[in-house]
Amino acid sequence: MATRIYVSRDAAAQALGADETAAALLAAAGAEIELVRVGSRGMVWLEPLVEVTDAAGQRIAYGPVMAEQVTELLGAGLLQAAPHPLRLGRVEDMPYFAKQERLTFARVGIIDPVSVDEYVAHGGYEGLKRALTLDGATIVQEVTDSGLRGRGGAAFPTGIKWKTVLQQETAQKYVVCNADEGDSGTFSDRMLMEGDPLCLVEGMTIAGVAVGATQGYIYLRSEYPHAQVALEQAIAAARSRGYLGRDVCGSGKAFDLEVRMGAGAYICGEETSLLESLEGNRAEVRYRPPLPAIKGLFGQPTVINNVISLASVPVILQRGAAHYRDFGMGRSRGTLPIQLAGNLLHGGLVEKAFGVTLRELLYDFGGGSASGRPIRAVQVGGPLGAYIPESQFDTPLDYEAFTAIGALVGHGGIVAFDDTVDMAHMARYAMEFCAAESCGKCTPCRIGSTRGVELMDRIIDGKEGQGGIDQLTDLCETMQHGSLCGLGGMTPFPVMSAVKHFAADFARKR
Amino acid sequence: MAEIDSEHTLTVDRILAAHAGRPGPLLPVLHDVQNQLGWIPSEAIAQIALGLNLSRADVHGVVSFYHHFRTHPVGRHIVQVCRAEACQAWNCQATEAHAQKRLGVDYGGTSADGCFTLEAAYCLGNCAAGPSVMVDGKLYGRVTPQRLDTVLDDWSKR
Ligand SMILES: NC(=O)c1ccc[n+]([C@@H]2O[C@H](COP(=O)([O-])OP(=O)(O)OC[C@H]3O[C@@H](n4cnc5c(N)ncnc54)[C@H](O)[C@@H]3O)[C@@H](O)[C@H]2O)c1
Ligand SMILES: Cc1cc2nc3c(=O)[nH]c(=O)nc-3n(C[C@H](O)[C@H](O)[C@H](O)COP(=O)(O)O)c2cc1C
Ligand code: SF4
Ligand code: FES
Repeated sequence: MATRIYVSRDAAAQALGADETAAALLAAAGAEIELVRVGSRGMVWLEPLVEVTDAAGQRIAYGPVMAEQVTELLGAGLLQAAPHPLRLGRVEDMPYFAKQERLTFARVGIIDPVSVDEYVAHGGYEGLKRALTLDGATIVQEVTDSGLRGRGGAAFPTGIKWKTVLQQETAQKYVVCNADEGDSGTFSDRMLMEGDPLCLVEGMTIAGVAVGATQGYIYLRSEYPHAQVALEQAIAAARSRGYLGRDVCGSGKAFDLEVRMGAGAYICGEETSLLESLEGNRAEVRYRPPLPAIKGLFGQPTVINNVISLASVPVILQRGAAHYRDFGMGRSRGTLPIQLAGNLLHGGLVEKAFGVTLRELLYDFGGGSASGRPIRAVQVGGPLGAYIPESQFDTPLDYEAFTAIGALVGHGGIVAFDDTVDMAHMARYAMEFCAAESCGKCTPCRIGSTRGVELMDRIIDGKEGQGGIDQLTDLCETMQHGSLCGLGGMTPFPVMSAVKHFAADFARKR
Repeated sequence: MAEIDSEHTLTVDRILAAHAGRPGPLLPVLHDVQNQLGWIPSEAIAQIALGLNLSRADVHGVVSFYHHFRTHPVGRHIVQVCRAEACQAWNCQATEAHAQKRLGVDYGGTSADGCFTLEAAYCLGNCAAGPSVMVDGKLYGRVTPQRLDTVLDDWSKR
């Protein structure tokens, strides 16, 4: 019998050579193996990770396995799961993995991402089956009771948003998935879409059934071609098996899905800009109200949620609101797929209940810096998130605790920098990014960010002194209070946190 | 010389027909045109405007809004170098500088041999193994200047 071998098809694994490793395995042992391409287990530093099924049916991991090492590994008994310096044992026994609480990512890295049979065999579609026995209000109540808050970053309660849409009496409603994932340092949306796209499809279907929407769109950033392929394969597979279409699972309810590609504009992650883009317009931010829940896509009530918000719904319906709510702390319930990025030894995806501290994430999971130098600053929550100094590393991951220190959990991306970082340069970059990505609709953002870059240049050149910092503070206040959306409104977070916690970098002679 | 020949006109017509009746068709149409022609010539903009019953200014306004859409011919391959924060933590500045030096162009430029167009990217979703580079949709991680040479050597033969 052929030995089942698993190699990831995740873009990050491919970026480190997984395709070449898979090809080398097929070339050297094609007749003896059954190769399955899966999502990534999330331990990026071990990619390309190869898992081999041993005689007891357990999956034994080896990594990182480069194509050049395949012949030698096969000779050493890879197919028998024999000992080798690259042998890691069962992924489930590795501390990085064993210490996680995987609810949303339960199947990622384990199943063939586009096989409906494997999805169903691992608990997939149980949530939808249950939802189809409930009325819309009950489904919405279940999501509300789970405590799930928007994982896109703003942390608005998902159930309450859905309730607003449910209450609208219109013939047409939509479900839109925000898969723009523009934040640097974040990749959980991508990993979920590549590793378990049917979970997102199921979550969107449940949303459609709950609020009475029949059409969904996934707005995917153009930088994610691998995710596009996985989503389209998954949607086609779901449709062919009656999980999408005019009669979802024989319920008489219709729901279908389409993937739409973005076009490289960060602002398209802002929900109203995204809707403009879907309609085919310049993606300028709309004034709110009306909220998308009341007047969204093509003027109709629209549920718009982040990938992870929607992909967390199946497990909530499957296991019940209480199961999900029992994880977490305070008003931050459930788990967050955290992304460890930047200068860390063990970067990757860690799904943990809220409450884990930054320090645990950076050192116990992340293994400290990759460069071996002290970690000096971390940026949490993307380019609009604050820079956090060592003295605040004991803050637990919790929306309210982060707000209390003037920071942001956001989409859960954590970017570590060692002590070679120049925080004045990072502050300048934040302004530069805002200027490059501004949609141009309001002056504080459009003009303010350009002024901010010029001012930062003078500060870095040592031409300003304290007067420059005062001007920067004023400018940030104007941007924060005078901008229409979070791009102009939140750029002050990284800038002012850098000034506050790393003042020396702004005074230093270069 | 016309920027777009009759074969291109046919291509754009075919794309417009394929999207007929779709709600909000403009971005999907622009994507298909760029995927097939490599860029979006001004004649195509006029043709799309006519086909979708929009003004040329409308279509042009949309094309110019998005970084992804190009209104100039490009090289055989598109090289995107990530310049966002997590890659900066991996010193992507060295990779950026090397890319610009080797290709002899700034962002947006095409190398003299017509092989590569260099573009800046703001996160490619590979932030745990930066610096990240994408060539024609193929992603590469831990791209030091040396590894960039290997990658570009490989692509220059294609
Ligand atoms: N994931 C990423 O890549 C990324 C990138 C940039 C910013 N962000 C995040 O975006 C956040 C800002 O987003 P925002 O401006 O949309 O936040 P917001 O607080 O204005 O809105 C959050 C969500 O709740 C909805 N909402 C608010 N009140 C409602 C009500 N009464 N009824 C129903 N729905 C309601 C909104 O429509 C929206 O969907 C930031 O906190 C940042 O973390 C994320
Ligand atoms: C400038 C800006 C960019 C944003 N980018 C994203 C994004 O890439 N992905 C995302 O899910 N939300 C993003 N958001 C948040 C969305 O506006 C919105 O809050 C979110 O899609 C709602 O979904 P959720 O409630 O499930 O989080 C962004 C907001 C702003 C202000
Ligand atoms: S803050 Fe910036 S991005 Fe947001 S609406 Fe204003 S100009 Fe556009
Ligand atoms: S910041 Fe470069 S890939 Fe994410």
